[in-house]
Amino acid sequence: MKRLAWILGSVAILGLLQWAATAFLLDGPVRQGPYYYQIIILAGVNIILAVSLNLTNGITGQFSIGHAGFFAVGAYVSASLTYYGGPALRHALAFLPAFAQNGALLVIALLASALATALAGLLVGIPSLRLRGDYLAIVTLGFGEIIRVLILNIDAVGGARGFVGIPKLSNFFWVYLLATMTVATVWNLSRSSYGRAFLAIRENEIAAQAMGVDVTRHKVTAFVISSMFAGMAGCLFGHYTMYLHTNSFTFVKSFEIIIMIAIGGLGSIEGAILGAVVLTVLPELFRGFEGYRIVIYSLALILIMIYRPQGLLGRASLLGRRGGGAVTSAVKGGR
Amino acid sequence: MKILGLHASNRTNELIEQQRPTMIANRTKNFRTGSLLFATACALLSTGCNKKESSNEIVIGEYGSLTGATATFGQSTKKGIEMAVDAINQSGGVLGKKLRIVIEDDQGKPDEAQTVVTKLINKDGVVAILGEIASSNSLAAAPVCQGSRIPMVSPGSTNPKVTAQGDYIFRVCFIDPFQGLVMAKFAANTLKLKKVAILRDIKSDYSVGLADFFKANFSKLGGTIATDISYSQGDKDFTAQLTAIKAQNPDGVFVPGYYTEVGLIARQARKLGITVPLMGGDGWDSSKLWEIGGEALNGCYYSNHYSVDDPNLILQKFVKDYKAKYGSTGDSLPDAMAALGYDAALVLADAMKRAGSSRPDSVRAALAQTKGFMGVTGNTTLDSNRNAVKPAVVLEVKVDEKGNGRNVFKETVAP
Repeated sequence: MKRLAWILGSVAILGLLQWAATAFLLDGPVRQGPYYYQIIILAGVNIILAVSLNLTNGITGQFSIGHAGFFAVGAYVSASLTYYGGPALRHALAFLPAFAQNGALLVIALLASALATALAGLLVGIPSLRLRGDYLAIVTLGFGEIIRVLILNIDAVGGARGFVGIPKLSNFFWVYLLATMTVATVWNLSRSSYGRAFLAIRENEIAAQAMGVDVTRHKVTAFVISSMFAGMAGCLFGHYTMYLHTNSFTFVKSFEIIIMIAIGGLGSIEGAILGAVVLTVLPELFRGFEGYRIVIYSLALILIMIYRPQGLLGRASLLGRRGGGAVTSAVKGGR
Repeated sequence: MKILGLHASNRTNELIEQQRPTMIANRTKNFRTGSLLFATACALLSTGCNKKESSNEIVIGEYGSLTGATATFGQSTKKGIEMAVDAINQSGGVLGKKLRIVIEDDQGKPDEAQTVVTKLINKDGVVAILGEIASSNSLAAAPVCQGSRIPMVSPGSTNPKVTAQGDYIFRVCFIDPFQGLVMAKFAANTLKLKKVAILRDIKSDYSVGLADFFKANFSKLGGTIATDISYSQGDKDFTAQLTAIKAQNPDGVFVPGYYTEVGLIARQARKLGITVPLMGGDGWDSSKLWEIGGEALNGCYYSNHYSVDDPNLILQKFVKDYKAKYGSTGDSLPDAMAALGYDAALVLADAMKRAGSSRPDSVRAALAQTKGFMGVTGNTTLDSNRNAVKPAVVLEVKVDEKGNGRNVFKETVAP
């Protein structure tokens, strides 16, 4: 009951915010509204990416640097679905009013991208996560590049020209609904028996194995869930920008996501959220510096890392001491 | 999952229960700090660096890749556009007002281009947008301009799809297929070739488009296509294809690829004894071509947007002014991107003058009527698909034995 109330409450609040954003930012009195709206949407997509990567890199302690690859798979799979299958699906959904049709189409696209990226995550994860050490980093980096080159050579999704004509289906409501879902999933997961196994693997893989944790299985689970959310972020991204090009999915994007979780505090969910927001907003704030923008932005990142090496939040949390760090101490206390 | 079974999770819950009072205290304190941070961020975001617009200036926006992998494109266009705006303002501006240009960097990323254009339209309140060179960035930003009903003029995106995004999207350069026509005319009328072989890059949209249009037009002009074979971008050895071409004994070979492969093809063709001219499009336009191809490229021709040797007076004045302004920075000759940026700004200003207003919808209507505008890159007319119909130039490649090359202006081919 309580859980249902939570879900309905979040949906209602997001719906209300969506209405407010449309009324004030898009059609309303704030002239710069659409610009802010764009930043808010991109921040939301980055939150999903950072929080999901945090599950692999922060909580389970593996090092994946191919998140942009999964982001790309989700974006292109869902965009192909709505571009080629959109009219047929709309026809099948004709009994719904227009806005519900868009919503239903997006949900179908989201499910497709989730399925495709979870499968991709499984394929990449199973061979590479059986091993210990840096293999995952190398394999994921390779995976990201393979995906990018593959897309460049598929003419049906635009190849080097880019994918044009994707319908605009996602908006504030959907992006933040999925962001909330991502946070809730990772949050609950990290405090379940799975989560404790993830943390145990992060702290000491051999010890975890000695305690009877199926290390490979847990690592793959975390990796697949993390890839799945990245794919869904890709779906929302593609259906917001209405255009996809492989230049948005280079390994630089993967590193950007890693920087987000490092800036926020590795392993902390709130840190990942804060990192995503900071890294989306900061370059925009610095637009006044024109040519020196990227220099100052990089300088700001370096300064943060010098003065807050543990990240802006460290392993602490804004909403109470129940983040990754707290669970670690709980595990220690319960020993 | 059975391993860390149920009772473990119960234990954690008990622990959490015990910690609850301190947690709540911490939560309140942290929440206060958090909201303070948030408020500061909001304040920063809303103040920004927002100049108030005044009634005696018209603000236009430009977005380009000032940093990133294609930074030379953005830097050159920016220089060209700044020169054009200075020239317009010195001669009294537009409609009695000064033009002000707001330039934003998109780092060559499509998503960034979209954000930047949203910013230009909504934060800076621009009435028109100039940019981009790379078709991928133009394609990302075009729906935003179309949706906000702000005209966008691309200086150099040659992919046909760009202007198909809507009736507010224009370009001042020719599109890919046109170069096929230009080279067909040049081959048939100037070089008087009868039999030409085609060697196309099957992986590139651009190369395939050029080859198809060359084939159609060259046949129409009375020539025959000896053979039409392909290679893939990234190939290093073209001996098989070139041997097949040599067997047909053509008068010329059309190779509409990019400079890396073209350089290698030229070398290998000469080695096999193919001495006839090779021809191509603007994908050849790079100083790297001379390095790779060397002397093998002598007597080859390609089409381009403009040439600094073109005797056209407007162009020569532009080259002189460019040297005067940027010559000291070691950048003495303007490239095609600078020239196209210059023309894009002038075409836009011209449309505003003809519209008698800077309202976006009137400017759009006037842009669509652009006819016979004399710019640096030639006589520009915008057709019903908002693409420029304008002449291209054909250049001859000359390389000495040290690999130092230059392009010699051959002729202008009108559409």
